[in-house]
Amino acid sequence: MKINLKINNINRDIDVEPGEVLYDVLRRCGFTSIKKACGTSSCGVCTVLLDGMPVPSCSYLAVKADGHNITTIEGIKEEADRIGKFMVEEGAVQCGFCSPGFLLTVIAMEREIENPDSQGIKNYLAGNLCRCSGYEGQLRAVKKYMGVSE
Amino acid sequence: MNIKKYLRPLNIDEAYGLLQSKNAVIIGGGAFLNLGNREVETAIDLSKLNLNFIEEKNGEFLIGAMTTLRKLETSSFAKENFDGVITKTLSCIMGVQLRNTATIGGSVYGRYGFSDIITTFLALDAEVELCNGGKMSLEKFLEEKIDRDILLKISIKKDNRKAAYINMRNSSADFSLINVAVAMKDNRFRICVGARPKRAKVAYEAMSFINSSEVNEETALRAGEIASTTLQFGGDIRASAEYRKELCKALVKRAIMEVIQ
Amino acid sequence: MKEVNKSVPKKDGMGLTVGKPAYTEDLAPQNALTVKVLRSPYPFARIKNIDTEKAEKLKGVKCVLTYKNVPRNIVTRAGQGYPEPSPHDKFILDEYVRYIGDEVAAVAAEDEVTAVEALKLIEVEYEKLEPVLDFERAEGHPSIIHPEKEAHEMFPTGFNPSKNIAAEYHMSFGDLDKTLKKCDYVVSERYYTQAQNHTAMETHSSFAYVDINGRLNIVSSTQTPFHARRIVGEALGLPLDKIRVIKPRIGGGYGGKQALHGEFLVALVALRTGRSAKLIYTREEVFEATYTRHPMRIDVTIGADKDGNIKAIDMEILSNTGAYAEHALTVFMVAGSKTLPLYNKAEAVRFGGKVVYTNHTPAGAFRGYGAVQGNFALEATIDKLALAVGKDPVEFRVQNMIKEGETSPVFKIMGEGTEGVDMTVDSCKLEYCVKRGMELCGWKDKYPRKQIGKNKVRGIGSAIAMQGSGIPCIDMGSAVIKLNDGGFFNLMVGATDIGTGSDTILAQIAAEALGVSTDKVVVYSSDTDLTPFDCGAYASSTTYVSGNAVYRAGRKMKGLIEKAGAERFGVSKDEVEFDGEFIRTKDGRNSVSLSQLSTELYYSNKQKQLMVCESFCGEVSPPPFLAGFAEVEVDLETGKVDLIDYTAVVDCGTPINPNLARIQIEGGLVQGIGMTMFEGVKYGENGKLLTNNFLQYRIPSRKDINKLTVEFAESYEPSGPFGAKSVGEIGTDTPPAAITNAIYNAIGVRVTKLPVTPEYILMELKKKMK
Ligand SMILES: Cc1cc2nc3c(=O)[nH]c(=O)nc-3n(C[C@H](O)[C@H](O)[C@H](O)COP(=O)(O)OP(=O)(O)OC[C@H]3O[C@@H](n4cnc5c(N)ncnc54)[C@H](O)[C@@H]3O)c2cc1C
Ligand code: FES
Ligand code: FES
Repeated sequence: MKINLKINNINRDIDVEPGEVLYDVLRRCGFTSIKKACGTSSCGVCTVLLDGMPVPSCSYLAVKADGHNITTIEGIKEEADRIGKFMVEEGAVQCGFCSPGFLLTVIAMEREIENPDSQGIKNYLAGNLCRCSGYEGQLRAVKKYMGVSE
Repeated sequence: MNIKKYLRPLNIDEAYGLLQSKNAVIIGGGAFLNLGNREVETAIDLSKLNLNFIEEKNGEFLIGAMTTLRKLETSSFAKENFDGVITKTLSCIMGVQLRNTATIGGSVYGRYGFSDIITTFLALDAEVELCNGGKMSLEKFLEEKIDRDILLKISIKKDNRKAAYINMRNSSADFSLINVAVAMKDNRFRICVGARPKRAKVAYEAMSFINSSEVNEETALRAGEIASTTLQFGGDIRASAEYRKELCKALVKRAIMEVIQ
Repeated sequence: MKEVNKSVPKKDGMGLTVGKPAYTEDLAPQNALTVKVLRSPYPFARIKNIDTEKAEKLKGVKCVLTYKNVPRNIVTRAGQGYPEPSPHDKFILDEYVRYIGDEVAAVAAEDEVTAVEALKLIEVEYEKLEPVLDFERAEGHPSIIHPEKEAHEMFPTGFNPSKNIAAEYHMSFGDLDKTLKKCDYVVSERYYTQAQNHTAMETHSSFAYVDINGRLNIVSSTQTPFHARRIVGEALGLPLDKIRVIKPRIGGGYGGKQALHGEFLVALVALRTGRSAKLIYTREEVFEATYTRHPMRIDVTIGADKDGNIKAIDMEILSNTGAYAEHALTVFMVAGSKTLPLYNKAEAVRFGGKVVYTNHTPAGAFRGYGAVQGNFALEATIDKLALAVGKDPVEFRVQNMIKEGETSPVFKIMGEGTEGVDMTVDSCKLEYCVKRGMELCGWKDKYPRKQIGKNKVRGIGSAIAMQGSGIPCIDMGSAVIKLNDGGFFNLMVGATDIGTGSDTILAQIAAEALGVSTDKVVVYSSDTDLTPFDCGAYASSTTYVSGNAVYRAGRKMKGLIEKAGAERFGVSKDEVEFDGEFIRTKDGRNSVSLSQLSTELYYSNKQKQLMVCESFCGEVSPPPFLAGFAEVEVDLETGKVDLIDYTAVVDCGTPINPNLARIQIEGGLVQGIGMTMFEGVKYGENGKLLTNNFLQYRIPSRKDINKLTVEFAESYEPSGPFGAKSVGEIGTDTPPAAITNAIYNAIGVRVTKLPVTPEYILMELKKKMK
């Protein structure tokens, strides 16, 4: 099937199998920033933004995304650099495998919620698992980045 | 999932027609379907049928089947009605990624035993509207054997009932071991228990007891005990039937007490 | 110290965060064949017949491997030093399959769909055998899991396959029975731990290709590239000079990638087809067919005199290694060797037990290996004894625990698979850790419990732990430092950064030793062709072992630079010094920048390459220490336990990079918390793992973690690089005991089986009320 995806603001016509998920299609198109850890929409590692909202690309049918906007880390370099700096300075990036999906979710959160508190941040990011960091460093980094004090 | 044909019908009748063919399935968010290695002949995408809505009409709230969990959760409707119980229920489910994907239609039509939202909808006495089956109570829908139909929308009466939802999980992102929703209107309670681990049920005996008693901690606990003995519970990898029964007592009590607060 | 004890940003941090291609799968050639594995549906069976003809004929299939067409060399995949303490009991593919998930055959095809299709076309006839699923009945079971005559141990480890015993070990000193008899207080308990899964977010991945020189190149998410080269050579019967192993960035390991998993298969496919071939495990394969933590049954008895002095400790273990005995002996021994010395004044100690084979997914190395299990059992029993003696458990620990400058007979007796080494602990700030931890967590106010409302009780509990820093006299790390024109350095290490940040901290150590800033050190690691040897990332060895090698190399390079400067100035070496930027004569008359000197060295004046190589193999393994405190809230009506706060105060010597050290501890704590509270493992009746994906196997999410408080003690390990000891594993050790002790203090229920589920708590509470 032919579908049209606007990936990082560039329109692309792509041939996909109807059962293919976004993750496979995007990797095939060279967006290797996207990682997969579970394949069952349980970990958030494969997160991409669909019309600005985080979705699990491992479980999202590519055909369902036809005509929509997809954002990967490659498409928001500046924002990624900005948040990434806080993450790295905090030492919160360990193996880094969860980082791209995490960053995209932080960006969506920033756009969606005004002035979140610690609990609000935790709730929004709850779908992003990280086995390395123990989460506290990520939280410290995001709080600093967003200027959340408590 | 392996899909042969993927179609986006433009009207409901066409969708229904397609659904009657062999190995045809409706795709809601696709999140749950994706878990299995299914061979699908015809996948029917409902996105062109204008089923993505939350509206109020004639004293009813209507939720379109293609509305995502996240959209419903963050809607002012969910936050401002029934003590925010719908928002509270939905926010227990996994992460925002899944809730941006999964639909209300898939969540209700799937009739999953572990479901959080079905329990809450049941307490709110929601109705479902099916393409072929027409309008019926959610309770009936959960019991009927319905096959190859399309869920179009959920409706909930705007009756200002108070409501509470409590669940128990082994960890925050796991499925419920059990969940309880209690609603109250005109001092009459409706008590529903889900993830038993089978589909949610209305605890009628417990309701009739509490409806005829003065409500306090003791009677609320008694209602819980009645629910735990009159409903059926089973064991699975998350918990035993025995434990679920114990939890049923405590959670029903707590939900009742929360509602009367 | 300018460059160490400093939170330098992780070198690869930014690149990884913004998703640069870096991991094995990202680097695999686009046209690589996809390898898929057919796995056994039975816990124990013999392949009577296997027909691959249809699969081979499928368009796009390039190669099908079965036990009939692969080399039959028995190895251990454990990824340990040589000779290995793990028995050789694994063929690349075998006629027998020994657990659900064991490899039956492999297919390489042009794409994944074809490979999966081809797997379905392989016809296998199995002779089902009676499986051994209960590890407490494995010894002497009529089914023998390893009947093959080739299976053997490399040195005496108690290997007895005819009884399903993978390893056996016993030690003792003092007269245990007599000492116990004299004790005024004796307590015992039996504990069980589960088969926790590592769940690194990147699944096990590898690809292989044959290069222009006909050599086999393997790129793998391995923690042990040098061991991988050796073991692939052994299994395939290839000379080692024909093999190169490269480790790119790794998406988490925690021990799970110490062993070999896909490497044999991709290597064989590449050699047979001449094409590059990749094998990326699915999440289910990781659960079913890689490794777990060894589940154990641990019996502990401890005795104390009337003043509460611990006199005798007895620990007996039955460990379940699953279908293959990778790390069977070592993990089991560590359960004693890295816990018993904590209470070094005991006059009599006995430790021993067996490791048995079962038809379950094999167990292997996992962060804290053995120490976690042993710590749970020992530290829970210590609490029980403290209560019997009538002392505050923390004070009881302080009274009995090891202190700086002391030793334990256990150090000498027990090593890992072999004898240990005699050592005193020259840095041990455990007492400070305990006291500081008590302050931070509010122990005095909170111990033992506080009622919070009608149905909730809070309790607080503690545990202490020690780990090691590498395996002494065995683990070796080495480093090469090369000076370049322009005055910057290449640091080449075999050490394996698996996400821990070891590339960065090794660069910091090199920089400190050289006196330059860390950004002048470019690190390249873990490539068997280009970097010197290193045992790999395990046993908490990198900072201490590899770090010491780097330190030595840095110092030596500094000397070479000064020597070159002296030659340039025509003075003797003692007259010059290098300050990190300039080489000067001490009298201040001559100076040249390193940048200038190095450029001259390569282009214009007394030309030569400055390069050094140094190695380090520890004679001791200085333990880091940790005091952990858990505060829990128990819901009396539901049994739900919430972890309110976890406090850890750590003595890891000098933290080379405090931010990265903190994350090591925090990450370790959460893995320990997961093991304690959430990560349930369930099998079906036939031994099928039911918790084989992230839906059923729940690692903690950030909502499950309320608060972690981590601090470091000021400490300096004289034998470590700039005073450092290890920090990678110790964080994992205390949560099981501290949390379950807190639960006991809250409600009087002693948890003896992990994980603690709300069901377990409520049912125990009910029993107690009866
Ligand atoms: C990892 C994971 C964790 C989850 N955790 C929870 C949880 O904790 N609590 C909880 O309540 N739920 C949970 N769910 C379920 C989730 O909330 C949704 O209920 C589920 O994903 C189904 O929604 P969907 O839109 O994805 O449906 P789909 O996967 O698209 O469809 C599900 C089923 O419903 C059918 N269907 C879909 N829409 C319609 C329609 N309009 N009419 C008729 N048939 C239809 C499909 O054919 C299919 O049989 C979880 C799901 C996943 C994948
Ligand atoms: S990989 Fe998609 S949610 Fe885990
Ligand atoms: S940094 Fe490794 S999983 Fe998050």
